[in-house]
Amino acid sequence: MERPIRVLVAKPGLDGHDRGAKVIARSLRDAGMEVIYTGLRQTPEQIVAAAIQEDVDVVAMSILSGAHNHLFPKVAKLLREEGVDDMLIIGGGVIPDGDIPFLKESGIEEIFTPGTSTTQVIEYIKNNLKR
Amino acid sequence: MNIEEGLLKGEKRACARLITMLENNDQGAIDIIKKLYKHTGRAYVIGVTGPPGSGKSTLTDRLTKELRKKNKKVGIIAIDPTSPFTGGAILGDRIRMKDLSLDKGVFIRSMGTRGSLGGMSKATWGAIKVLDIYGADYIFIETVGVGQSEIDIVKIAHTVLMVMVPNLGDDIQAIKAGIMEIADVFAINKADLGGANKTQLEIEMNLDLNEKKDYRPSIVQVSASKNENIDKVIKKLSEHRKYLDETGEMIERRKRNAKLEVIRLVEEELMDLIMNKALEEDMLEILSEQIISRDIDPYSAKDNILKLIKK
Repeated sequence: MERPIRVLVAKPGLDGHDRGAKVIARSLRDAGMEVIYTGLRQTPEQIVAAAIQEDVDVVAMSILSGAHNHLFPKVAKLLREEGVDDMLIIGGGVIPDGDIPFLKESGIEEIFTPGTSTTQVIEYIKNNLKR
Repeated sequence: MNIEEGLLKGEKRACARLITMLENNDQGAIDIIKKLYKHTGRAYVIGVTGPPGSGKSTLTDRLTKELRKKNKKVGIIAIDPTSPFTGGAILGDRIRMKDLSLDKGVFIRSMGTRGSLGGMSKATWGAIKVLDIYGADYIFIETVGVGQSEIDIVKIAHTVLMVMVPNLGDDIQAIKAGIMEIADVFAINKADLGGANKTQLEIEMNLDLNEKKDYRPSIVQVSASKNENIDKVIKKLSEHRKYLDETGEMIERRKRNAKLEVIRLVEEELMDLIMNKALEEDMLEILSEQIISRDIDPYSAKDNILKLIKK
């Protein structure tokens, strides 16, 4: 059997809107992936600890509060500090186009904004794994 | 990353990577376990099982916090079902254990069942060894939510904690065979919601009828979400462990489990050996067509496949 892709789906920060994260989690499941869902209101430190213990291939974060410029780069930085260089880090949510270049520079490899189809996310993950 | 050294030093990344390798049937991982096997055997393994939604994860979270007060190192393996159709899974037990993520003395790993039906995954056996080498004093194995007959946990745990909830069924459910027979400790969770006394009575009446009376499983009413009676569950688990140690039953269980594990490994390897050969020659496809056209019966088809390795 082919080994399943493991994905951590996390909601950093304080917003309580997890419908999007759940839709993503469900469609990744249907694409044959193992999705570890960590629930709401996670600190970057908690997300990184979970990603390491679960040894995931992908860290996928969803945010709708507007704090993405603070929280996403923090997760990428903490992972680097732990010596993790083989996890694909992606993010999604209501994120203005103007913020995307900064986020990509900070180590978030792709940003998915409203209107993205779940198929696009699945294809992106499958084509960009780092191990 | 040197996995072997890292694991002996108790590094979480090494621990996590080795479990991944075992899940993917990596021979390198098995070689590491072979080498480090003498470092296992210290941890006390508690199986946490019970119906879906009974509060296994929440109770495991609370029990772990209680053990952390005594500075015990804890490993948790939380299993959720893999889809038989897509191979995908939602592993959601960590949601109930958020505060434990950052605790240096706790390691949590979620696993999908990946085709196993007994409430656990094949790699669970290996993952326990990894956590044992990692240095866990206690290992909790949280099974998938079980129905009536997923009892593989009994083949792996030293003590089985059955998490029940009130008002699920009547006294007939309590006397059925299967999961009700494997508990060493019953926790009736959500006891604050009412109905727990009746559930306790039904379990007690069932236990009264046990013929083997050397150990009577204890029953604790508990509310994991309200953090009530968690210490009592710990106390009952310790009592059972003491009983196992003092009566020699621990050694009996370990021996029985070792036998079962070897049998399972042989079965798996034999099965792979046979089926790989059968698949190579497209035998399964051909035979199944012959079976439905009534050219051959399933028993003779089996004989044909076994001939592959009897030669």
